[in-house]
Amino acid sequence: MSEEPRIGVFVCHCGINIGGYVDVPDVVEYATGLPDVVYAEPNLYMCSSDGLQKIQEAIKKYELNRVVVASCTPRTHEPLFQSACEEAGLNKYVFEMANIRDQCSWVHMHEPEKATQKAKSLVRMAVAKARLLVPEEEPEIDIRPTGLVIGGGVSGLTSALSLADQGFKVHLVEKEDRLGGTLLKLDTLFSSNVKASEVINPLIKRVKASTDVTVHLDSRVADVKGFIGSFDVGIETRGEPEMLSVGTIIVATGADYLSPEGLYGYGQVDNVVTQMELEQLFKEGGRLDGVKTLVMIQCAGSRNEERPYCSRVCCTEAIKNAIKLVKENPKRDVYILYRDLQTYGIEFSMMEYDAKKSGVKLVMYDKERLPEVTGGKRGPMVRVYSPLLDEELTIETDMVVLSAPIIPNEDNEALSKHLKVPLNSDRFFMEAHVKLRPLDFATDGIYVCGTAHSPKEVAESVSQARGAASRAGIPMAKGRLKTAAITSVVDEAKCSGCGTCIELCVYNAITKNERGLAQVTSAVCKGCGVCGASCPERAITMRHFTNEELEAQGLAALKEA
Amino acid sequence: MTDFEPKIIGFLCNWCSYAGADLAGVSRIQYPTNLRIIRVMCSGRVDPALPLGFLAEGADGVMITGCHIGDCHYIDGNLHAKRKYGLLERLVAKAGLEPGRIMLDWVSASEGQRFADIVTGFTDQVRELGPNPAVTDPCVKLNLMAAKAAAAEYRLRALVGKEEKLVTEGNVYGEEMTQEEFDRIMEEVVETEFTRNKIRLILSVKPMSVKGLSAETGIDSRIILDHVVALRQRGWVDLHEVQGNSPVYRAMEVQ
Repeated sequence: MSEEPRIGVFVCHCGINIGGYVDVPDVVEYATGLPDVVYAEPNLYMCSSDGLQKIQEAIKKYELNRVVVASCTPRTHEPLFQSACEEAGLNKYVFEMANIRDQCSWVHMHEPEKATQKAKSLVRMAVAKARLLVPEEEPEIDIRPTGLVIGGGVSGLTSALSLADQGFKVHLVEKEDRLGGTLLKLDTLFSSNVKASEVINPLIKRVKASTDVTVHLDSRVADVKGFIGSFDVGIETRGEPEMLSVGTIIVATGADYLSPEGLYGYGQVDNVVTQMELEQLFKEGGRLDGVKTLVMIQCAGSRNEERPYCSRVCCTEAIKNAIKLVKENPKRDVYILYRDLQTYGIEFSMMEYDAKKSGVKLVMYDKERLPEVTGGKRGPMVRVYSPLLDEELTIETDMVVLSAPIIPNEDNEALSKHLKVPLNSDRFFMEAHVKLRPLDFATDGIYVCGTAHSPKEVAESVSQARGAASRAGIPMAKGRLKTAAITSVVDEAKCSGCGTCIELCVYNAITKNERGLAQVTSAVCKGCGVCGASCPERAITMRHFTNEELEAQGLAALKEA
Repeated sequence: MTDFEPKIIGFLCNWCSYAGADLAGVSRIQYPTNLRIIRVMCSGRVDPALPLGFLAEGADGVMITGCHIGDCHYIDGNLHAKRKYGLLERLVAKAGLEPGRIMLDWVSASEGQRFADIVTGFTDQVRELGPNPAVTDPCVKLNLMAAKAAAAEYRLRALVGKEEKLVTEGNVYGEEMTQEEFDRIMEEVVETEFTRNKIRLILSVKPMSVKGLSAETGIDSRIILDHVVALRQRGWVDLHEVQGNSPVYRAMEVQ
């Protein structure tokens, strides 16, 4: 390309995420002096519509033909900035990012000077690569109009039906021998007190009746290969392997409940149960008739060092069950011992008021002085220190109910490895971006919903499930997708036809042409670059990651600022 | 230690390791500031000539991280990364550089802590080794440049490219090759290619006789002569002039 590079550098403060640790104005000034940089500016949030507009204005005003944004990670934000460049008339492949947040300011929070030095270095590297970037054309791939939903609970069933309603075929993989998931174990759902069975049974019925949904019970995902549009998923059904060919994947594997062994006498003192077990007692009916005094203990195993997160549903669930117990028998004494009562949102905050009105006794406890449960004469004996009263209460009870948290499934680790999608530090599945891509994984074509993602109640799971199905429906409805132009290309003048690349390519993207030389089918090439790094004649170039570009990046890194 | 701050370059695969590095950030896990990350799509894309070039230019350490074996986004790209890293190790050793200056490891997208630990460990290790001798010692730099040139040449690349297949499936005649046999051949070829490229680099600066080359490299003059003959056949070296009875050779420009 004969065109001289005219590079614009845009440095993001990301509020205080970058600006609080890296001297952004200093980085901007530094960038201005780099070769071929004709313009540089900072912005509070580069990804805001204002920020994107500034990039587009600068492209026009300064006739930029390369753009570098120094901000967060290309894994979440590159597409956004690339489309901003495209709207301003630039090819998306003349865009480059410097990751000065996730890989700089956030990991060097106590070393602002060194972090600023590193940010400059990362910008210098990005500019060095940008100088060599060239526009590329994108090949198109087909998207199989079939979705895979992993998990047959309320989220999985909802998303499977939503995909089927959109006109796609669906494979639903459930590890248990029946559909329904956690809702099978619940009696009623807050806040409407609808029976859980009235929610889940119609979903199960519709899924079973649907000709578009194929249900695989007793099945697990054993292997995942491929990319958006053409995933080959190996499942095992009672030891029998089967291969499913799908275009998109929705993770709706749900979660588990903590069995709080050893906590508050659970497993040691009789009649200490969990909320989940209380739901079962409700379902069986009549089992609670003799219970005159009942104490619920919140945060039983959550919001501590081992499990720092709030399980989100337990406060509302406890209140729902407490109201039910008191309404059943107004003479009953029902206590809820809590740290912070969080019945969030419009419909649930009223429940706290209802609970108080119906006579449920709410007692705050102190994290530093946890309640104690011991065996008493008639049932569990609870001692709790109330910081509000500044005194210790002793409650003789018939039953203690522990609000144990939702915990991640044990097999999340294995599935995350198969799918190559991340878990967060609590071991729940982690979305690509909490606000910008809340239902997607960073890997295209894979989506998440329900409690696999985080503890949440049924309505939230249903919303997420429908959302994930809509997201998955977009590429499948289009049927074709432009794929990255990051593919290999053979220089026939250098190729000797040795065939090394053909042997190495696992996608069979390289074949010999009529002259006996290597030839790449771009739409099939996934862009790993193994062929290029191996070609004995160095006849293969990796588009967008050329040797020259990587070399320029590395050499720029070695140059002191 | 001193206030030596090592310059470290890291090749991270986009799908696992780069995401793991991002997760370290999202989790606010702190690690030393020395690492400069180059994003590649797959660890198998890291051509050994690249890290060798950076080491020759003064990088104090180069790390490569990819998806865990069996978890590669590109099915088996990381196996190729491992094979290529084997060549890198041999050439680094051949160049006389400490083996602790390079590293290959696996980091998944969910291993932010592991990524930070690996970076911290490698930075400490390189800091301990001190500055890259190539910066002050022209001999080491020459060796690394010869190693880079060798890694860019046909023979070693062809051999590494075939390694996975030769060792696991056998050659086109169905003859299987053990890893030991392969390693032996590899070591021989590495020695040969390294020395030939070194001779060529020396001759590109100043024409020399076989005797002069022997003195310069400390290699027996008969071995040098063999290499010079081979290099002449490849058209990489040619006769420059005859001084007294000794032919003096020079390096040719190669397209």
